[in-house]
Amino acid sequence: MAHAYTPGLKVLERTSVRKARLLPLRGRVLAAEGARVRAADVVAEAELPGEVHPVNVAGLLGVRPEEIAHYMLKGPGDHVEKGELLAQTRPWIKWLKASCQAPVGGTIESASQVTGQVMLREPPQNISLSAYVSGTVEQVMPEEGVVVRAEGALVQGIFGLGGECTGRLKVVASGPEAAVGPEALDSSCGNCIIVVGAQAGVELLRAAAELGVAAVVAAAMPAEQLRELLGYDIGVAVTGSEQIGTTVVLTEGFGAMPMARRTFELLEGLQGREASACGATQIRAGVLRPEVIVPAREGEAQAPIAGAAAPVATADGLHPGARVRVIRRPRFGMIGRVTELVAEPVRIETEALVRALKVELEDGQTLTVPRANVEIIET
Amino acid sequence: MDSDRHSVILATDCGSTTTKAILIERRPEGYRQTYRGEAPTTVEAPFMDVTRGVLNAIEEVEELSGRRILDGERIIRPAAEGRGVDIYISTSSAGGGLQMLVAGAVKTMTAESAQRAALGAGAIVMEVIASNDRRLPHQKIARIRELSPDMILLSGGTDGGTVSHVVELAGYIAAARPSPRLGEGYSLPVIYAGNAQARTEVAEVLQAHTALSVTDNIRPTLERENLAPARLKIQDLFLEHVMAHAPGYDRLIGWTDAPIMPTPAAVGSIMEGIARREGINVLGVDIGGATTDVFSVFAGTFNRTVSANLGMSYSVSNVLVEAGPERILRWMPEEVAPAELQDAVKNKMIRPTTIPQALQDLMLEQALAREALALALEQHRALATELKGTQRQRDIADAFEQRAAASLVDMEKLDLMVGSGGVLSHAPRRAQAMMMLIDGFAPCAVTELAVDSIFMMPHLGVLSQVDEDAALEVFRRDCLVRLGTCVGATRTPRPGRPCLRYSLRAPGGRDAEGEMKAGEIMRFPAGADEQVEAEITPSRGVDVGAGPSRRLEAKCRGGEVGIVIDARGRPIQFDPDPASRRAQVAGWLRALDAYPQEALRPREP
Repeated sequence: MAHAYTPGLKVLERTSVRKARLLPLRGRVLAAEGARVRAADVVAEAELPGEVHPVNVAGLLGVRPEEIAHYMLKGPGDHVEKGELLAQTRPWIKWLKASCQAPVGGTIESASQVTGQVMLREPPQNISLSAYVSGTVEQVMPEEGVVVRAEGALVQGIFGLGGECTGRLKVVASGPEAAVGPEALDSSCGNCIIVVGAQAGVELLRAAAELGVAAVVAAAMPAEQLRELLGYDIGVAVTGSEQIGTTVVLTEGFGAMPMARRTFELLEGLQGREASACGATQIRAGVLRPEVIVPAREGEAQAPIAGAAAPVATADGLHPGARVRVIRRPRFGMIGRVTELVAEPVRIETEALVRALKVELEDGQTLTVPRANVEIIET
Repeated sequence: MDSDRHSVILATDCGSTTTKAILIERRPEGYRQTYRGEAPTTVEAPFMDVTRGVLNAIEEVEELSGRRILDGERIIRPAAEGRGVDIYISTSSAGGGLQMLVAGAVKTMTAESAQRAALGAGAIVMEVIASNDRRLPHQKIARIRELSPDMILLSGGTDGGTVSHVVELAGYIAAARPSPRLGEGYSLPVIYAGNAQARTEVAEVLQAHTALSVTDNIRPTLERENLAPARLKIQDLFLEHVMAHAPGYDRLIGWTDAPIMPTPAAVGSIMEGIARREGINVLGVDIGGATTDVFSVFAGTFNRTVSANLGMSYSVSNVLVEAGPERILRWMPEEVAPAELQDAVKNKMIRPTTIPQALQDLMLEQALAREALALALEQHRALATELKGTQRQRDIADAFEQRAAASLVDMEKLDLMVGSGGVLSHAPRRAQAMMMLIDGFAPCAVTELAVDSIFMMPHLGVLSQVDEDAALEVFRRDCLVRLGTCVGATRTPRPGRPCLRYSLRAPGGRDAEGEMKAGEIMRFPAGADEQVEAEITPSRGVDVGAGPSRRLEAKCRGGEVGIVIDARGRPIQFDPDPASRRAQVAGWLRALDAYPQEALRPREP
């Protein structure tokens, strides 16, 4: 029977997280397999080929393209400094001399006698890659990168902004329904990953950026304030390179809703610990979720946490007992447990006939919801 | 292949989200689509093998049909009683489909021809680079480097024309050292389809860095486009390079009895086929989660555009950005705050697989669909044009005159409109699909409308490559759900003024007569097998398809919705007052019975 795929987010107190740290092109791996690494340690580095600058030598000298070889002072493979002469005419009347200088320092890659252009490539740029999360190098891919494995807590969000960061976890909201304003933040939040409860409004995020907050974790934000924050409207959910001064992780969605109690309590219990976060989101073609990872301390990884329940395996899909979030109106954002997978298709308010299930919400109400409108929370 | 040998045909389409399998069988009355199965596409992690999803979908067909098709992972051939199939064919848009970069010397000429060639082959065009596109050379090189296309199409210069521009473009490609999206350690395919005189120089520049192939110039003269050789080359290379490196496709290629086609190329193929066989003008749209494809065949010329930024889930927020909240909310019969619309759209963007449960959410999605259709058609009109850059001599006394390129898309000459994609095919009431198409595309004169019932067009398109008769039979019988016929009036007067009189006579003596004012829309129920005789007498100046002020007599085919006469104008005229407009829209929806009547009842102030 074909398998149905139901999306899900992880809110796990104890799990193994594997992060592939891969260079964009071949380079050097600096960490060995089995080595312990901290989040900020550089695990790989590479050289990115420099920018290419085409120089219209024929145009600048006023000669035909096929003549440039006659006037070139340097050739392919030669290094030139910025301002150095690349080519020069040698007319009888010296003040009619035309010359062409290198606009940047670099290496001459080619000189075309068809276009009259010379391609000048700048020196390569070094790029380095950090471990991002404290853990152990599980695998080394020579010249490409490493896989770092961390044991600890993982909270996945549904949407984020900004890239990777690390910091100490700090909870500034009193509960999952509480919404804090910018006045709740102070200098002690600097370099921290702060949990602000239900809402992350634009004023709070600006204040966080000013204070040097590493990341803000909230349940939701109004979509109109997202546009205000960025200065443009997001068209597709591909994020991670926004320059807004802080990273943002939303755990529930857009609008106004509380954080899932389980998520808030988990983060509250880990307050004060070093954590890694990333706001990069990609909804299709290789799904990426924003996240907060709190690695276990040394020695803690081996001991089970008191009272920790075994994670519920939900990789196969929905089943009675599965913990889910309702992800469409009505009762958007509510958490509950599946009580029944309804066998026959159900006609919903839109008059569509759909496969549905029954969910018992945390407030005791039972809802009939299309199966497409729930998200599994793996806890 | 001899069609007499095909009694059972298996076809799959590997979409970006789902893989669909259909069975086509020869019955006494002809070829029929009999069973359909579906399974999630498995090209991404953790599966990384497209054949898993294909086998799952085929297994579902086995369960539903009782026919044993698989022996382990092998497709049983040939067909026998209760087992096997005669041929297996497939299409694919998995992994985002075929993504191309095109480059040409002049943006509105050779670069645009290259764009048409790539789109016609089923590709998504990520970027168009032209010598005269105002970017600086290093910006073009940086852009080429940033993209990871599956393939590049380079054109430029008519035969005997410019050489330097296209060699310059080749130089930028070489300097950027673009890397392919899929697979490692193989060279990026580049197709050169430009000035034949520049082939040697282009090869000198590109051969070392790319897998270069050369084909006929797509614009051998300014007056002539020759897209077919480049389209075929793109499709060949798609199979050889792109698909062969995508996870599991090397196995899938070994299973099929015909080359795997990119899904949009297959859809275009069946549309071209039906237009050619029936001598009609056809407009088709596939509005998906991330992209909207528009296909048209007008006067025998096929065009396809991909609005890669317009869709109903992954890129639904783009629709909101491009159209703006006012244009979307104008379709709503009840008040919705712009902030509420923003939240709803962003939540759909990040949870794209959800479906509307509340009726208002369905209305909002369908309002978004109308604007997505309208925007996609605008983009299609802009590309589906007569060739630009041509000159025509009026007479000897006149100087040569540069003619602006006219769009080939003429809604007054359109015969058939076909819609597909979840929001259209799975609309709870067919009237909703018909209204989305009419409101989004604004057909004029007499146009038949239909939806593709289960997105079968890709399967039929690839089947048409091996057995066109079978494909067209199934298309007419099983693929299309006929919605009915729309008569769209143009040059209408101000809303409220008399617009036309109609007389409709259905077989069996069922009649309707009446008058319509400008701003109204009406529906006459008639089945798909009913031809309704329509006489429509427009008011002075109004055109209902026979010319301004001229009476129209036509036989209009019915469908699931029936005959719709639309006197709302082109473009549709909305009441400027928001409350009156909502009442106006509710009236239109009531006239077509688009939603439950209680949801459209006038509200007490």
